[in-house]
Amino acid sequence: MAHFDENARPFSHKWLNERLAVDTLKRVLSTEYWIPKNINFLWAMGMILAATFGLLLISGIFLLMYYQPNTQLAFDSVNYTIMSEVGYGWLWRHIHGVGASVVFLIIYIHMFTGIYYGSYKRGRELIWLSGMLLFVLFSAEAFSGYMLPWGQMSYWAGMVITNLFSAGGLHLNGLVEWIRGDYVPGQAFLNRFFMLHVLLVPLAIIGTIVLHFGTLRIPHVNNQDGEEVDFDEEAEKYKAGKIKESKVIPFNPVFLSKDVFVMGVYFVIFFYLVFYHFEFAMDPVNFDPADPLKTPTHIYPEWYFLWSYEVLRPFSTNIGLIAFAFAQVIFFMLPFLDRSPNVAPASRRGAFKFWFWALLIDMIVLTFMGKLPPEGIWSTIGLLAALTFIGLWIALPIITSKEKKL
Amino acid sequence: MANNNGRRDFMGTVLGGFTALGGLGALYAMKRTWDPLPSVKAAGFTTLNMKEYKEGELVTEKWRGKPIFVLKQSPATIEKLKKEKPDDLKRLIKVGDGHYTVCVGLCTHLGCIPGFRPEKNDFLCACHGGVYDITAEVTKAPPPRGLDIPPFKIDGDKLVLGEEGPEYKKMLEEGITMPV
Repeated sequence: MAHFDENARPFSHKWLNERLAVDTLKRVLSTEYWIPKNINFLWAMGMILAATFGLLLISGIFLLMYYQPNTQLAFDSVNYTIMSEVGYGWLWRHIHGVGASVVFLIIYIHMFTGIYYGSYKRGRELIWLSGMLLFVLFSAEAFSGYMLPWGQMSYWAGMVITNLFSAGGLHLNGLVEWIRGDYVPGQAFLNRFFMLHVLLVPLAIIGTIVLHFGTLRIPHVNNQDGEEVDFDEEAEKYKAGKIKESKVIPFNPVFLSKDVFVMGVYFVIFFYLVFYHFEFAMDPVNFDPADPLKTPTHIYPEWYFLWSYEVLRPFSTNIGLIAFAFAQVIFFMLPFLDRSPNVAPASRRGAFKFWFWALLIDMIVLTFMGKLPPEGIWSTIGLLAALTFIGLWIALPIITSKEKKL
Repeated sequence: MANNNGRRDFMGTVLGGFTALGGLGALYAMKRTWDPLPSVKAAGFTTLNMKEYKEGELVTEKWRGKPIFVLKQSPATIEKLKKEKPDDLKRLIKVGDGHYTVCVGLCTHLGCIPGFRPEKNDFLCACHGGVYDITAEVTKAPPPRGLDIPPFKIDGDKLVLGEEGPEYKKMLEEGITMPV
């Protein structure tokens, strides 16, 4: 039975503790949430992502106050009202645009850090899966947001991506029209993507971030050697004052101070981009209003989707769609395709080391090819890189099952 | 006790059943809310006066918000097709004395608008490099098939897009085009 002290002052520490267990919460979530010492700056990417998401949310709230989800008004509400009438409207837009682009760079670094150090194995499978779910949700958020300025790239990206749902040879035109609410992207389409962008998908993202943190709490974060740390034992050492001998530190305030330092460096670069180089996140083609009767000469997605777009492009429709679907889901399978029991950095894992770097380089090549027009030598390189991507994932279970136990 | 559990199970099943029913109903309502509106569907007809088109000149019309390519073929082209690609002739629509290519100007790959190249007498889709010949039949992948022919009805010199005439139905039966 809960005990409430009649004499406790409202909102005093005791009063709060009796009602909210603030001490327990603080202990479990911060001061006794143990982080291994043996990690580097790449482990700060999670907090950087959380902070960037916060910036996107805040800048989005201010953009929402002037944006008009109407095919006649949307373009001007962004490019005229927000950019030249609203005080500091440009700031929110540039933070939003740069943030949306940079957040994917950090997501990829975060993912490849996890792959390199084997942080998806031995109790950490759900961290990987919830993280991949976040990747999909961020992709949906980025795509739906890209529709909103209703420029040429918005319109034609919307056309091309919704057409993917006809599933090629299956001719599911009804499904495509249902998603659009029209025969072509129009008012119904803009309205529903607006709803998805500002409400449904952000809600799902916030929920999944909580899940992602939750999946991390019990297995704890991995470390640079993939060492299995006995967190209880090491925590006792730390609490007994043997701070140097203990392999762990508390999340708050010790690790958080390092996180904040890395975040500081990150935000210097981030705001440099916002103020001086925002144009990289703003496609010039999207400064033409949407025209349903004219396709831009080259249609390409934002840089962070280029690799999966390039997996689709070199093939005929049906094979392309299958390859594309493969590229979308295969990362989810990583914890189950990696058959090796080792949790260690890729550099100590034999053939996996080459697999890791081959995958990273291949995805960079795919990204570059996706941006180039599909002609001549670029087509050939794109095709080879797409086949390599598929081949690498087929090879993964074979390579890792032959790996020697460390 | 056993009796009690039986009642609980029954209540649970009834509650679960009604909740599932309500949930299904709600899903159906949500699905219907996303359907194209009746006003959108009703506005789906366009009438073209076929006398207005000149030979070899591509005109882009609009039907259901989609671009429609209209190209009147010259007698020379018809002769050439008879020799080289007689199958392509089936894709043409005959109105009065003229033979017309009328098709939805959206690439059958992913829906970009292919560009007409009069000097080469073909259509090139810049998005993924697909090529179509003068009758909009595909000649280079990735597009899986030629440009789709919209449902049409011949009405004297006029062509009504959105209505299905006998000529269109025949094209569907012969597999010359797909329902749009």
